[in-house]
Amino acid sequence: MILGLGGVVGSVAFMLGLGALRTRDVAPTHPLLPLPVTAMDWTLTNHRGATVTPADWIGRPVMAFFGFTFCPDVCPTTLIDISDWLEALGPDADRLNVVLISVDPERDTPAVLADYLSNFDPRIVGLTGSLSEVQKAAAGFRAMFEKLPQDGDYTMNHTAGVFLHHADGRFASIIDFHEDRRFAIPKIRRILT
Amino acid sequence: MKALILFAVLALPAAPVLACETFTLGDLTIEHAWSRATIGADRPGVFYVEIKNNGSADDALVGISTSAAGMPMLHETVVTDGIASMPHAMSIPVPAGQNVQLAPGGYHGMLMGLTTALKDGDSFPLTLTFQNAGDITVPVEVLSMRAEGPDCEHAGQ
Repeated sequence: MILGLGGVVGSVAFMLGLGALRTRDVAPTHPLLPLPVTAMDWTLTNHRGATVTPADWIGRPVMAFFGFTFCPDVCPTTLIDISDWLEALGPDADRLNVVLISVDPERDTPAVLADYLSNFDPRIVGLTGSLSEVQKAAAGFRAMFEKLPQDGDYTMNHTAGVFLHHADGRFASIIDFHEDRRFAIPKIRRILT
Repeated sequence: MKALILFAVLALPAAPVLACETFTLGDLTIEHAWSRATIGADRPGVFYVEIKNNGSADDALVGISTSAAGMPMLHETVVTDGIASMPHAMSIPVPAGQNVQLAPGGYHGMLMGLTTALKDGDSFPLTLTFQNAGDITVPVEVLSMRAEGPDCEHAGQ
């Protein structure tokens, strides 16, 4: 009985702890979670040719994901989902920084990204740059990517989730690739408030 | 007999949507064969389809071929620990009595070495090879780059 009570108290304390962790936003130094934007360090070029650094994102919430334009399934699917979410959110979504960070800078030049993104919501910005800067960006998000040879060509494995950060740069949450899409819009609304 | 054929032709919907046609091969029915438009011919195209096995014996999709691409192959998008990869699928099981979908985010045909860019509204023939049922060639409808699948309910089917 006492043991049982101890267990209940323990689990309640655990849940309170979890709750506190959630509401306070997670410690920025957690080794597995994306860094706050303010702690990131990279310099990339957007699909219009302008230089972008993490400081440019501060003041507006961020929705970012990693992908590449030669990707036949995951990336168009994610871009279609994001375009649909932006449409559902309407003008509110104008305040978001929505970015596709290319993990294939070798092929994805700013011009290639511009051509590709013209098929999706115009609020989506493409970012590319040197491999080392893309690696620094991926490190900031705790994302990974790797190049794999494929039948004389190559493809990329990469982190498939969509990262959400608050306007002040704090990490908010991740929309997983196979997550129920109904949960995505509430998650995005949370960084818009 | 001729009248019957004429009737069958007239009975088709006025503006048939290719991807909504159903094809039969033994116990298998194949429908919703579609692809997405591509920018140029350098990027791989994609192929999605729905296969239903109405029989009592298991079958499997073991290959695809098409004149639209030099290297068509079967793939599966797998997300492990948040990382997406696309391993080859040597064979996609089509178990008895079940419906198998090649759909965005899962199994799909990857069309490498496109002979020409795929444009919205085009179609191309693609041959599906099954372990037991054999081969069938179906038309694949190219939808827009933003399509999530053919809209067959509104196409009257």
